[in-house]
Amino acid sequence: MRRGTGDRLTRILGWSTLVAVAATAWVGLVVSPPDVVQGNLVRLIYVHPAAATTCYVGFGLCALASLAYLLPRTRSWRWDRLAAVSAEVGVVFCVITIVTGSIWGRGSWGVWWTWDARLTLTALLLAVFIGYLALRRAIADRRSRAMVSAIVAVVAVLLVPVDHEATNWWQTLHQGNSLLRVNPLIHGWQLVGMLLSFGEFALLFSWLLLHRYRVEVLEDRFEVEGFATAIAERRAEAGVAPEPRPADVAAAAGKS
Amino acid sequence: MWRDALLVGGKDLRIELRSRVATMQIAPYAILVLLLFGFAFDQNHTLLTQAAAGLFWLAVLLCSLLAVQRSYAIEAVDGARDGLRLSGLDPAGIFLGKAGAIAAQLVALEVLLGFGIVVIFGADLRDPGLLVLTSVVATVGLAASGTVYGMMAAGLRVRETLLPLLILPVVAPVLLGATQAWMAAFGQSGTDGWRWLGLLGSFAAIYVALGILGFSTLVEEA
Repeated sequence: MRRGTGDRLTRILGWSTLVAVAATAWVGLVVSPPDVVQGNLVRLIYVHPAAATTCYVGFGLCALASLAYLLPRTRSWRWDRLAAVSAEVGVVFCVITIVTGSIWGRGSWGVWWTWDARLTLTALLLAVFIGYLALRRAIADRRSRAMVSAIVAVVAVLLVPVDHEATNWWQTLHQGNSLLRVNPLIHGWQLVGMLLSFGEFALLFSWLLLHRYRVEVLEDRFEVEGFATAIAERRAEAGVAPEPRPADVAAAAGKS
Repeated sequence: MWRDALLVGGKDLRIELRSRVATMQIAPYAILVLLLFGFAFDQNHTLLTQAAAGLFWLAVLLCSLLAVQRSYAIEAVDGARDGLRLSGLDPAGIFLGKAGAIAAQLVALEVLLGFGIVVIFGADLRDPGLLVLTSVVATVGLAASGTVYGMMAAGLRVRETLLPLLILPVVAPVLLGATQAWMAAFGQSGTDGWRWLGLLGSFAAIYVALGILGFSTLVEEA
């Protein structure tokens, strides 16, 4: 049996992430010039947009996996696990987005927080997915948990496109899209650094997701087999024989 | 579906009328919240008048949490929820009935609080049509979303603490939209109140649709 959640794939991913972090840091902190208007503050562009996009990807993946679970044809525990872990990783990146954005806001707008459509919606998005994770913890029965939380995730993700378009739909302090437009506002080393940061966050996201997914698989196994294994161990300690087959104990535990 | 909705809604409202929890506890609570806002901003009457719309909707929001909790608490004892599940009623009807009963209670509460706002805070009215329409649409949105999330939390041990965490971020757009539309109706802001009404309408439509389509799953699983 494999110990831990690492294998060759995660090790390759992990090392690539480290290399990408180093490359982004080098381009972001050394090579790229400070901005004409924002000075050194602009270097947050190599963290903040990529973190926000990764957070959207996490929540989007959670919703897609939830949808796959809800459809009877594709229903499988895999989708439920994927939904749970991608929401969790998405929350981490959402917090990173809000913290780095807050630092940026302090530097360029003079305040840590302001009631702006983009900021408010991102905070709501975080709150909604924290609620989703709390709901998952609260429901003990696995089937109910999967169904109910899948419905919540599919509805909650509707906030993501609204949040993304907030700078177009409302008058906001937050700047609009800089890359996804006909005439991008970013060029040269800044563009290189930004693209690198997107790659870096994508690698980091996949690495975290893979490890976290494997932990979830182990937790599920513990839930199913843990009781039987513990009984077998206690019997062995006490020297009681004959030992019942773990499958029987698991069945008995399932019934009670 | 509609007949079932009337049955369930009528049952919920009859229980509320007879137990008098809504009139003797939730309504005084709402007035109390309003008074406390008054105490908190006592020295600054202009601020109070300006914030009246927001405070009103915040009070409604807090009371809607109580109303949702109450709506499911009455079914917690004697296996009433299992009874409802086995009754053969259309789940969409159950949803519409429960949401309708909550909406009816909230409307009664809003009328009461509305008088409170006018009397205590001295707000004056410009556009009554927008005001009434906003209240109705926002109430439908609050009741529908509350009923959906209330059902999810209904059977859980941690429902009292989980419910606010689930509902409050979700209904934040209602608080925002209704407050903005009301401020327009009070003539306090230059924004177009009818656009905010559109936002409230789409919110209500999403949750009514979700309730009608998804309630059968929730009734089975939660």
